[in-house]
Amino acid sequence: MDPYNYLYLAALLFTIGAVGVVLRRNAIVVFMCIELMLNAGNLTLVTFSRMNGNLNGQVIAFFTMVVAACEVVVGLAIIVAIYRSRRSASIDDASLLKR
Amino acid sequence: MVTSSSLVYLIGLPLFGAVFLLLMGRKADKWGHLFATAMSAGSFVLGLLHFFAMTNRSEEERPITQTLFTWIEAGDFKVDAALLLDQLSICFVLLISGVGTLIHIYSISYMSHDENRRRFFAYLNLFVASMLLLVLGNSYLNLYVGWEGVGLASYLLIGFWNQKPAYATASKKAFVMNRVGDMGLTIAIMIAFATMGTVSFDGVKEAVDRVGTPTLTAMGIMLLVAAAGKSAQFPLQAWLGDAMAGPTPVSALIHAATMVTAGVYLIVRSNFVFDAAPTAQLLVVIVGAITLIFGAIIGMAKDDIKKALAASTMSQIGYMIVAAGLGPAGYAFAIMHLLTHGFFKAGMFLGAGSVMHGMNDEVNMRKYGGLRKMMPITFATFGLGYLAIIGVPPFAGFYSKDEIIATAFNSGGAQGIILGSVTLLGAVITAFYMTRVMVLTFSGKPRWDDGVHPHESPALMWLPMALLAIGSVTAGYLFTQGEALVHWLSPLFAKKGEYDELMPHSVVTVLAITAVIIGVTAALMKYQFKSVDSVVPTDVSLATRLARNDLGQDVVNEALFMRPGQALTEGIVAIDERVVDGAVRGIGAMTVGSGATLRRTQSGYVRSYAALILLGALVLLAGIWVVTQ
Repeated sequence: MDPYNYLYLAALLFTIGAVGVVLRRNAIVVFMCIELMLNAGNLTLVTFSRMNGNLNGQVIAFFTMVVAACEVVVGLAIIVAIYRSRRSASIDDASLLKR
Repeated sequence: MVTSSSLVYLIGLPLFGAVFLLLMGRKADKWGHLFATAMSAGSFVLGLLHFFAMTNRSEEERPITQTLFTWIEAGDFKVDAALLLDQLSICFVLLISGVGTLIHIYSISYMSHDENRRRFFAYLNLFVASMLLLVLGNSYLNLYVGWEGVGLASYLLIGFWNQKPAYATASKKAFVMNRVGDMGLTIAIMIAFATMGTVSFDGVKEAVDRVGTPTLTAMGIMLLVAAAGKSAQFPLQAWLGDAMAGPTPVSALIHAATMVTAGVYLIVRSNFVFDAAPTAQLLVVIVGAITLIFGAIIGMAKDDIKKALAASTMSQIGYMIVAAGLGPAGYAFAIMHLLTHGFFKAGMFLGAGSVMHGMNDEVNMRKYGGLRKMMPITFATFGLGYLAIIGVPPFAGFYSKDEIIATAFNSGGAQGIILGSVTLLGAVITAFYMTRVMVLTFSGKPRWDDGVHPHESPALMWLPMALLAIGSVTAGYLFTQGEALVHWLSPLFAKKGEYDELMPHSVVTVLAITAVIIGVTAALMKYQFKSVDSVVPTDVSLATRLARNDLGQDVVNEALFMRPGQALTEGIVAIDERVVDGAVRGIGAMTVGSGATLRRTQSGYVRSYAALILLGALVLLAGIWVVTQ
């Protein structure tokens, strides 16, 4: 199978994720879109690893998964905390920094 | 040169009095005036002792010095704080401490109702000390200290009743105008330092031959500016009239007898500079001649007795300056007129004070009249001073003024004729305005306000007046007897050049007496034989109106200096506010403004940040794509 197809898929996934981050307001959905982008990156890394015939890309993909797992923990905790205090999961409500 | 260790006490006694009384505060209120008077009298007695010791020494050994300490030492340049008492200074020492002591005594009574009498006496002592330092300093720098000291004392005393804003303004005016003159002295000292490397009188005298005439001319002109400021000479004369705001004893001591003559002292002391700088000398004469007539004209129109006397002082100092500008022939006569003037003008000012004392502090002569019977002693002493100032023989002013007129005529050429005529004209006007003062005050019908009960002043006040009157009568005769004063002072000055006696002395005397008769007659016609209004007449000629307004001196000063000065200040303030502050505030406003604009990009919406990051990444990718293509 042509490895380029994986790259196209990864680009598609990344685009969907990016558009989701920019356009959606629900924090959970935005969060999932970020995960989508991360995994698109992972897919690219693994594909490149396959194309180059070495393991560098796969190793970095592991690192990415570990970091992503940590990020999910922290990110979800923040979202829950915000939801508890503001009764809303909309990220546009959490725009206090501009003041 | 003979040295002495007691010169410093001449200054030290009154200086101690001033400091002590100021530090003691209210505790000294009961006896402060007596203490100050004793200090001044002590100085006078010491001066007398020095004078007698000096007369006993031979001519070469008369000047004595005392070095107190090294004041400035830098490389070759050295200034000692040192005192010099010579034939010239001793005249001043006796005048200052003598008249000063009499005026202290007078003030005991005159100021007895003033709750700040002790402070007044402390200032008087400060003045006496400063003035003595001025005449005793052996260098221009030492003189300068005294010069500033008398300026300070004058300021403090003119504004002694500074609860009245007009008086405070008068003292400020005097101080500021004096500062202009002080700048002249400062520059003269700098010239001496820069070109001669010394500021002592002896050093400058020796260095005169080494430096060029232009330098000496510049220094002479700067000294003249200094003299004009301190002695109220044209064009720095405007402060003297307002200085009459001070208590009358102050006017008598500072603004008639001593401080205002410091300019004459400076010029006579710097005779070696002026002898070598004819241009500066000519300017001295011109300034003196202008002021002589200027003051006399103002004196004719003033109704305020003190201002009339002040204008007269200005005019008489003009005489002295003219004499001082005539070179070696005139120096001694300048000093002679200075000394006789010290007697009769101080006496008349005290007389004016005595009249004011009896008239509830009224100064308007149109409200006087017929005081002769009420104040016989004041009338007599004032009258003797009057006879002396207008130059009736054998009173003091006759001798000194006569000599100045003769010297002016004898200076030769057109200058001689012009100066002689000016001094003679001055004598006519002097006779006129002094007769006017005399008649308006003591003769005619009473024009007093209701509730005024004129009375003779107490003995403490008329005694000094009487002593000064004796001086007014005898001083001129004593000084000219065998040319005593001229001989006494002659070692200090260059030998008098051969003057052709263009105008015989007897002719000058006849002319001078004629001038007096004309002036007196004119005044008598106008004031004695006609009734005088107690209200100021308004339908007067333009000339009179001008003279009443001091010949526009304040208008000129305000138009030429005050308003441009204020405009300059306001301009600088505006520049400070608009440009300097504007730049500072502008930078702040720019930062705030740009912040406010840039802030709009920070919406706080996470997705807009994310979009920006995405956009940046795309731009980067596009850039890379373009470059690698």
